[in-house]
Amino acid sequence: MSIQTLMYIGGRLIKGAIVLLVIAVFNFFLIRAAPGDPAKVMAGEAGATDELFLQQLREQFGLDQPLYYQLWVYISNLVQFDMGITYRQQMPVFDLIMDRMPATLLLTGAAFLMSLLIGVLAGVVAAQKHKQWADSFITVAALIFYATPLFWLAMMAALFFSVYLNWLPSFGMETVGANLTGFDRFVDIMTHLILPATTLGLFFTAVYARMTRTSMIETTRMDFVKTAIAKGMTPNRVTYRHVLRNALLPVVTLAGLQAGQLIGGAVLTETVFAWPGIGRLMFEALFQRDYNLLLGVFFISSAMVVLFNLITDVIYCVVDPRIELSK
Amino acid sequence: MKPLLKVENLSIRLPKGADREFAITNVNYELMPGEILCVVGESGSGKSMTANAIMGLLPKAIQVETGAITFDGYNLASLEEHRARKIRGNRISMIFQEPMTALNPLMRVADQIGEVFLIHTELSKKQRHERTLSLLKDVGLPDPEKMMSAYPHQLSGGQRQRVMIAMALALEPSILIADEPTTALDVTTQAQILKLIKELQEKHNTAVMFITHDFGVVAEIADRVVVMEKGQMVELGEREAVLNNPQHSYTKKLISAVPPLVAPERPLLAESAPVLTVNQLCKTYSTGGGWFSKPRIVKAADDVSFELHRGETLGLVGESGSGKSTVSRCVVRLLESDSGEILLGDDPIQALDAKALAPFRKRIQMVFQDPFASLNPRKTIGQIIADGPIAQGMPVAQAMQKAAELLALVELPATALDRYPHEFSGGQRQRVGIARALAHDPEILVADEAISALDVSVQAQILDLIEQLKQRLNLAVLFVVHDLRVAAQVCDRVIVMQKGRIVEAGVTKQVFEQPRHDYTKSLIASIPGADWRSGKTTGHAKTLEKAYA
Repeated sequence: MSIQTLMYIGGRLIKGAIVLLVIAVFNFFLIRAAPGDPAKVMAGEAGATDELFLQQLREQFGLDQPLYYQLWVYISNLVQFDMGITYRQQMPVFDLIMDRMPATLLLTGAAFLMSLLIGVLAGVVAAQKHKQWADSFITVAALIFYATPLFWLAMMAALFFSVYLNWLPSFGMETVGANLTGFDRFVDIMTHLILPATTLGLFFTAVYARMTRTSMIETTRMDFVKTAIAKGMTPNRVTYRHVLRNALLPVVTLAGLQAGQLIGGAVLTETVFAWPGIGRLMFEALFQRDYNLLLGVFFISSAMVVLFNLITDVIYCVVDPRIELSK
Repeated sequence: MKPLLKVENLSIRLPKGADREFAITNVNYELMPGEILCVVGESGSGKSMTANAIMGLLPKAIQVETGAITFDGYNLASLEEHRARKIRGNRISMIFQEPMTALNPLMRVADQIGEVFLIHTELSKKQRHERTLSLLKDVGLPDPEKMMSAYPHQLSGGQRQRVMIAMALALEPSILIADEPTTALDVTTQAQILKLIKELQEKHNTAVMFITHDFGVVAEIADRVVVMEKGQMVELGEREAVLNNPQHSYTKKLISAVPPLVAPERPLLAESAPVLTVNQLCKTYSTGGGWFSKPRIVKAADDVSFELHRGETLGLVGESGSGKSTVSRCVVRLLESDSGEILLGDDPIQALDAKALAPFRKRIQMVFQDPFASLNPRKTIGQIIADGPIAQGMPVAQAMQKAAELLALVELPATALDRYPHEFSGGQRQRVGIARALAHDPEILVADEAISALDVSVQAQILDLIEQLKQRLNLAVLFVVHDLRVAAQVCDRVIVMQKGRIVEAGVTKQVFEQPRHDYTKSLIASIPGADWRSGKTTGHAKTLEKAYA
């Protein structure tokens, strides 16, 4: 990597940090703007409605301070990489998030790889069979998955494959109380993974399929493809050596978009399938008005988006020589 | 001598709904070993169709109806695909019009050329590398070692076309098909590429089928010529015979439409106050640049000064990137200049805001290059023409009345008023573009490459029209043009630009006959077929001369 590239990446990281800081401030006000009071939620759960107890709770979490002071405390802690303590579990926010991270990454990563592989493959097949039945089938299927709401699909899948067919488990990441180890545990997790990963990945599979198909058909009309055919190449060679590589450029952009959602994008799926990941953590934190935890999840999710934007740009520069990072 | 390739009674059917039934009908010609056969015609003449049929590159919807293409005992028109692939790129190869898009942007030059060896030969990786390197040397690319690992976007248009030629000639084919290979190039680059093709053709005794619309190119390199019109072959003969003694009326028409390279004597214009004065105009473009990087700066106009008088045509000539279009756009304030003075009569307009500029806008109007993109497809011709005057405050009925008069002026039927742009040909649309510009009764007409998207015979008509209108309305015309033949015919004075600077300016005849600057000299020397028709006056020039008289 050249000095210029490193300079560019360094510059982008600095820019990213500034963007994150702005997002953090914005998130702070966003959450405060929502109705609800964490102290009341907690007191309610403890069965106490005593005004004095509420006051104590507020003091304990610093919620009695003026808003600007709270913001100052939050931001100055944040720049020291301290996201505070959750109100409820009384654990450092960062530790709690890291605790849930593997489960989420497993789910979203699996969905990501699946949608990328199947989506691109379906797109290539559809483009090659342009205007034949395989093309129509893929296009229509992609349209259906593109248009169907995720949570509905998730519930239907659980209903059909778990309740009706009893093939796959419908919730959780592991069989409760089985205490499996080694390979058995791996298989157990994988069977639990299939349904949530598939439902989560279907939307992007559809997006990739449609994008790849359009892009392939468009690229096939380019002059350099004619040049390739005029060289005497076989159609397959033309497709894979010349068309596909060029057609995948817009797919990279989209994949970067999806990769940015690796952490924050699985709330619905995790909730429906009771997957013990960050999404569900956030969902619960929302109901408990656990400001610190919510802000922590928001922050980590935004950081991922910023990071993957940068990674996408670097990848872009690797796959497309016309793009220079220093510009 | 036995012909290398024989095209016999070839007819190719177009899909239903096309503007004619056959792309080409009963085409017959032979290609001899080692000759350059030029196939000439205007757009839509079917001149590329035969070449695509030979290469097996016809789109799926278009089929050879009858006839045969015989090469080496095979009929290419009905050959199985797997056999055709063995010939394609190996014994017959092809180069295309657009060097900018004909190479795969994601592959290195060496890989793209090496692919030809990979497909057709058993050469090892090392041998492929060596052969590719020697090819790059043969086509005269600078620093071939470095070129090997370059990507297409790092090369200029001319360099890319050299890479294409290297690729096409990799396996020393018997036939090279060149489909308008120099049309997208600047005139000096074109001259170099033509020379290269000719040299390599002589060295390897390759037969070349050269498709072009440009008779200058024909005069430069052809041995024999085929002339196509609307899918029919109208003339076939030796170069000298076709160029200097054409038999078919269409060929005669085409050739007479080519402007001769001699600037006619023009009456000196009476001294008058300039209608447009440009003083020390500067415009720079910067691209890229951000928080941490410096932008790239290009000077598109650098200290440009000139004057334009009533009744005068001033030519701005130069190659692409010379800044001639930038200057014309700055003058009509479509672009903001960085510094300098633009005076309409005595009024400076370069610093006026949009509101103050409005009354001046109608005094200087523009005709654009691309007649297909410059008319709003959702508006009728009448609305397109009347829009300007209405915006300037003319009542609608009066503006439409004026639009009708203008249509008559540009020789379009009055029925055109309620029709939409897509119903008209390129030439007709350009007439609409002119009518639109004239709707404001301007003093100055700025024509930015207004004829370069048109076929040569249509070009001549539009040039005549502009000339007549100029006389009739006493206009001043600023004519941005890259075609020096056109400039020689229509301009009273020319300004030659290079890299944003004026390198030479003067009376057209003088600049063409005694160019002072080296760049002007090289431009004029690069015009293809410069020796042909350098003395004769043609029908086209006569009408122009008449118009000037």
